[in-house]
Amino acid sequence: MSKFIKRKIISIPITFLGITFILFSAINILPPQTLATAYSSSDKELTNEEISEIIKKYDLDSSIIKKYSNWLKRTFTGELGYSQTAKMDVLKAVKTYIPATIELTVFSIIPIFLIGNFLGVLSARRKGELVDKIISSVSSFFYSIPSFIIGIFLLLIFYGILGIFEPGRYSAYTDIMISSLSFKKYTGFMIIDSILNADIKVLMDCLKHLFLPAFSIFLGTSAVFIKITRTSVIEELNKDYVRTLRAKGLDEDYIMKKHIKKNILIPQLTVGGLQLIRLLGGVVITETIFDWPGIGSWGVKCALRLDISGVMGFAIVVSALFLIGNLIIDILYSVVDPRIRYE
Amino acid sequence: MNSLKDIFKKLISNKQSKIGVFIISLYILVGIFAPFIAGKYNPNDPYISKQHSFSPIPQKPSLKAPFGTTQNQYDIFYSMVWGTRLAFKISVTVVVISALIGIIIGWLSGYYGGLTDELIMRFTDMILSIPSLVLAMVIASILGPGMEKIVIALAFVSWPSYARLFRSEILKIKSMDYIEYSRIIKANSFWILKKHIIPNAIYNLIIMASLDIANIVLMASSLSFLGLGSPQGYADWGQVISMSRNWIISSLSNPLEYAHIVIIPSAFIFFFVYGFNLIGDSFRDIFDPKQTR
Repeated sequence: MSKFIKRKIISIPITFLGITFILFSAINILPPQTLATAYSSSDKELTNEEISEIIKKYDLDSSIIKKYSNWLKRTFTGELGYSQTAKMDVLKAVKTYIPATIELTVFSIIPIFLIGNFLGVLSARRKGELVDKIISSVSSFFYSIPSFIIGIFLLLIFYGILGIFEPGRYSAYTDIMISSLSFKKYTGFMIIDSILNADIKVLMDCLKHLFLPAFSIFLGTSAVFIKITRTSVIEELNKDYVRTLRAKGLDEDYIMKKHIKKNILIPQLTVGGLQLIRLLGGVVITETIFDWPGIGSWGVKCALRLDISGVMGFAIVVSALFLIGNLIIDILYSVVDPRIRYE
Repeated sequence: MNSLKDIFKKLISNKQSKIGVFIISLYILVGIFAPFIAGKYNPNDPYISKQHSFSPIPQKPSLKAPFGTTQNQYDIFYSMVWGTRLAFKISVTVVVISALIGIIIGWLSGYYGGLTDELIMRFTDMILSIPSLVLAMVIASILGPGMEKIVIALAFVSWPSYARLFRSEILKIKSMDYIEYSRIIKANSFWILKKHIIPNAIYNLIIMASLDIANIVLMASSLSFLGLGSPQGYADWGQVISMSRNWIISSLSNPLEYAHIVIIPSAFIFFFVYGFNLIGDSFRDIFDPKQTR
């Protein structure tokens, strides 16, 4: 493992601590009486005595540093509080909701890379032709549409009018199937679970429900990726080594596959990393629109009813996903190009 | 270095950005003349949308309401016109606030360097590693509903980019000879900032700020869409769209009947962002002419 990645891995917990501190300070704008609700562990309304008891117990009217260190101690023991929105502990809520979010993210990232790569290369090779113009204008069209509009239009067309796809993670039939005892929940990832249970019907149902939200994220996020692919391919095609390869009589497809596609990986990764933050923001909105029971839609519900521990848990998890995604991209960098050392 | 006038000339010489400038000018006109186009429904707070009655069923466009109404009879035409003004009001305020914070923090960081610089930059790193919509959501939820609350939430997530840009500009300018000279003659550092640094560094900042407006409007309307933005009943693009969801997916009736609640505000947001994106692309061409297109 390179020195760079080691340094990255060390820096991530520090950044992560900083993030929790920022979020914690933001939450602490609230008066202690309101904050106390975050420390209760049931749905019951707190009485005044209970509130003052909690304030005393957790030093809620002391300095921010002290409060933060208390909070950190609690968090490290796995005590993240109780989310009234989810009606369960935050830790359990995260465990329940995160598979849906990861499933959606993975199923939208893969098409962005595969189809985005294909379309970008295609439009670079047909530079100036009709195909190129169509790809460029369609992708920049979708880039200008905010993700919630894309989502709601897809819902209008495919659910409202055509009735093909529907919101949610699975249909009522699947819900009955998966709650039966014979269906074992190994991972919480519906796709993996249904394959492990060899249940084709559930698998198809889940894929069908996954399509629309993933497609919505794909439309909103792939434009920049297509653009950078196109630009870098055109740049590479003008370089001397390509001329040499052509002079040697190699055919265009071979050059593309063996040389150019490898050389454009670095700019693609850079843009992929930058787009990750847009993607995660998009996931929050897309989940809300499509009733996708993931971290994002839970977070929005928490934020709407000021479920403090829920909001905090949600923001921390999303930031963690982002940091992990960035780390993966950094590792991929050094895999793709071993010359990269980052001194 | 180009002057602003040259840039504007180049902007309108390019076909794409000409369209962009045209679109944005239309929006600016609608924003300025909102009281004359749609009138003032509530003279104390014109941003509160016109409400025809309290009937829960959205109405199609008619003479009384040219773009139709949403549930609870909020007038879509009124919401669009005043929503334009609101979009500018929010985005310009946010951009100005975050640019000012960015200038101050970026200056502290870039001019003094050392530990201050390190601390400030790590802090901005951290803020930038929380997805901005998520951070804005958290802050908006804590502060509660209200226009000024959205502005605070959005400014909080936007200033770090300005600080970083301004810092890098300062680092570039700081090493130049005339700043060295000013220091040698013991000029006051605030004077140097005012006389030399800001006039030179402000340039890219203005461009970034003008393009950031679309971004801010997008985030503000996303927040409103989620229900965390403008208070219920405000003339806000995102809020109108959020009122459409239940109607267009209802299986009881024809969803197309209610499509106007989505299509009209979506078009308003789309052209706004599209206009800014067109201008943004040309800006990049002007400053980086070598880039392959």
